[in-house]
Amino acid sequence: MILVVDMNSKRASLAFYEFVTPIIAIAEELDECVVRHYSELTQQDLSNCSKLVLSGSPLKDTVTLAQLDKFKWLEDFSKPILGICAGMQTICLFFGSRLKKCSELGMTQVKTLKANPLFSSSFKVYALHNYAIEPSSTFDVLAESAKCAHAIKHKTKEIYGVLFHPEVRNKEIIQQFILAL
Amino acid sequence: MRLGVLFSGGKDSTLALHRAAENEEVACLITLVSENKESLMFHTPNIDVTTLQAEASDLPLVQKVTAGKPEAELNDLEEAIVQAVKAYTIEGVVSGAIESVYQSERIQRICNRLGVWCFNPLWKRNQKALLEEVVAKGFKVIISGVFAFPLDSKWLGKELNTKLISKLLGLEKEFGLSPSGEGGEIETTVLDAPLFKKKIEILDYEVDAKGNSGVFKIKQARLVTK
Repeated sequence: MILVVDMNSKRASLAFYEFVTPIIAIAEELDECVVRHYSELTQQDLSNCSKLVLSGSPLKDTVTLAQLDKFKWLEDFSKPILGICAGMQTICLFFGSRLKKCSELGMTQVKTLKANPLFSSSFKVYALHNYAIEPSSTFDVLAESAKCAHAIKHKTKEIYGVLFHPEVRNKEIIQQFILAL
Repeated sequence: MRLGVLFSGGKDSTLALHRAAENEEVACLITLVSENKESLMFHTPNIDVTTLQAEASDLPLVQKVTAGKPEAELNDLEEAIVQAVKAYTIEGVVSGAIESVYQSERIQRICNRLGVWCFNPLWKRNQKALLEEVVAKGFKVIISGVFAFPLDSKWLGKELNTKLISKLLGLEKEFGLSPSGEGGEIETTVLDAPLFKKKIEILDYEVDAKGNSGVFKIKQARLVTK
């Protein structure tokens, strides 16, 4: 079962349709799917799922970045995670990375730096962010654009993050996350 | 949050309006009247009907004329949003974009520059499900423009219903046509919707069509009791 975590600051927000529903649609084609708001995650939710996807949120919604205490479960969670945009930023901040200003809106070229099970070579992605990550030594950078790191992996856990939005373009990355990890 | 809905009067922006109204406070509609029939950003058939649709919805309408030249038309959109921010203190903008990265990234950029929220509540929505939702919610939608093979004048003015959806899905299978017109194959006009307090009655119209391209132009219409 895939657990999709809604990273919008408001529960059941208008942004849910844009940032969470498309992920659910992709995940449901491959597996059973459950959705929870990040503020309402329970130990049972975490125990019941096989993998977890943290959604993105609107450009102006950066609330999760200031609520890292809600993500303490990341420390002990050992199943695969894919963080998308705000999801990746939150993961990275939790594990000691820093934010930096970096605005990319629209189709953006990225190139793969390190072989991984989710993607390869150079490809175009849909970017929607005003901040990027300066990854801490906890992470390997898997892909980057001309401006910033676009994909990371935790060095010892199955935690992946993409700054771009694979639910908009490159949905096979989400499919691959569900099927291959 | 007070929102302005980018509104063309077609099924997508009207459905986006309804989604927005279910979640937040819609303060106004924003319409760009494009003089360019080929505009990639703004719909053109029956854009004048937005005045009646706004009145039917009991919402103020910010309307701005644009020459519709690629990229320059975005300055007009930005000015219209600024006008809506000033007049109706909106904090965010809603669009009916479904698949078009071209449209959505441009709207996102404008909103980002202005510091307002941007919502796309139909984003990546399955087109069949979207059409079915429009019909299930009781929208009265007519086809007001066709711009692709094998569509022709016979489609113009037809009301969207389950039978018509089946036909559109058949064309998707056979010809790769986007059933909700995401590629600009079809334009629609909404005559009634749950949020409308009155419905639109067409008094006079003309069909201007040639081959696989044509419009159903509403020349005269009025609001009537539902």
